[in-house]
Amino acid sequence: MIAALRCVIQRDLLLAARRSSDVMTVVLFFVIVVSLFPLGIGPEPKLLRTVAPGVLWVAALLASMLALGRVFASDHADGTLEQMMLGATPLGLIVAAKVFAHWFVTGLPLVLISPVLALQFDLPQELLGVLVVSLALGTPVLSFIGAIGAALTLGLRGAGALLALLVLPLYVPVLIIGAGAAEAAAAGLGGSAQLLILGAMLIVAAAFAPWAAAAALRISVE
Amino acid sequence: MQTSLEAIDLRCVRGERSLFQGLSFTLKGGELLRIGGPNGSGKTSLLRITCGLLEPDQGEVRWGGESVRRLKEEFWARLLYLGHANALKDDLTASENLKIACALAGVVVDARRVTEALARLGLAGRENLPARVLSQGQRRRVALARLALGEAAALWVLDEPFTALDAAAVEDVRSLIAGHVSRGGGVLYTTHHEVSIAAAVSRRIDLGGGQG
Repeated sequence: MIAALRCVIQRDLLLAARRSSDVMTVVLFFVIVVSLFPLGIGPEPKLLRTVAPGVLWVAALLASMLALGRVFASDHADGTLEQMMLGATPLGLIVAAKVFAHWFVTGLPLVLISPVLALQFDLPQELLGVLVVSLALGTPVLSFIGAIGAALTLGLRGAGALLALLVLPLYVPVLIIGAGAAEAAAAGLGGSAQLLILGAMLIVAAAFAPWAAAAALRISVE
Repeated sequence: MQTSLEAIDLRCVRGERSLFQGLSFTLKGGELLRIGGPNGSGKTSLLRITCGLLEPDQGEVRWGGESVRRLKEEFWARLLYLGHANALKDDLTASENLKIACALAGVVVDARRVTEALARLGLAGRENLPARVLSQGQRRRVALARLALGEAAALWVLDEPFTALDAAAVEDVRSLIAGHVSRGGGVLYTTHHEVSIAAAVSRRIDLGGGQG
């Protein structure tokens, strides 16, 4: 069972490496969206500092949304998904492995690049840490929740738009608390409360979302 | 657990049309069961119901006396299903694809056995080519190479295994199936090709034209 999970993660990472353009699209999208804000709002440092956490969070959310459609689509199209369903490993665990691999190639790069982008907003250094930790805890939650939406809309016409409508409302609590962490830290409150809530969300999402997504996949494949 | 597959009073409705109803069969170890019938008569649906991918509108499929939709992984660990789709990734090589397919099925294989299995299906020397550059028939052979590593699965369910294959590959697959049946495994398959496979018990059910 462990071998199967390791194999799924390895395979998805290998596929991402051989198709690096897919990953680059997501990262570049993130970079461009974040960079548009200072250009649009103007160079007022105080304003930029205030909006920075929110802008980075919204951009990360949209970027991870952009990549969601691909989590299951190609496996569905070529029949691999059926083999995963008929394998010896419970589908929920396979889904968890796939979501982890998906986050590793589309979520983690955003987390790593976010401090560099935050410089455009003149975000003070002590806030950078909180922002990065909040994104590191929050983006996997987005991937887990998004996987349920991706599984539900699998194989539908216009799945992309429907997926956004389905998933974006569910992202709202993560966005509020995630962006709130850096804001609280800016106000001198530390922000650890928000980070702990994000951690709790991550645990709950990792425990339940894969099984919900697995159930949705079984319905989609019927 | 004994190889004993039992379909009881199955009914399948797709859209408005009833594909089949009151369909029952049993398949024990060492038996070969061929599902025949014209296109659209429900052969693939029947195989998917048998695997537990599709829920029948009536009736149930049992493995060792227990419903397959309740057994889940316990049944799937004993099952090898090859559908219409080859389940190959274009960006991975033939041997990577085969290794992954085996790992998903819970079969641990080393590189040597993977190479042997591919060679058995006439793909020697092509193990490290990406699936993208293989022809339709070669891709089918990569998918079918799982049969050469599938002796642990008690039940093989094969959807049109001979499609897109040349005469030599058909012969390879035929002998793999015959070997599995002689080892005491059960094989349920559909095909439009007239291929005679040696088996102690060989039966045929025709859909869309009553039971034969």
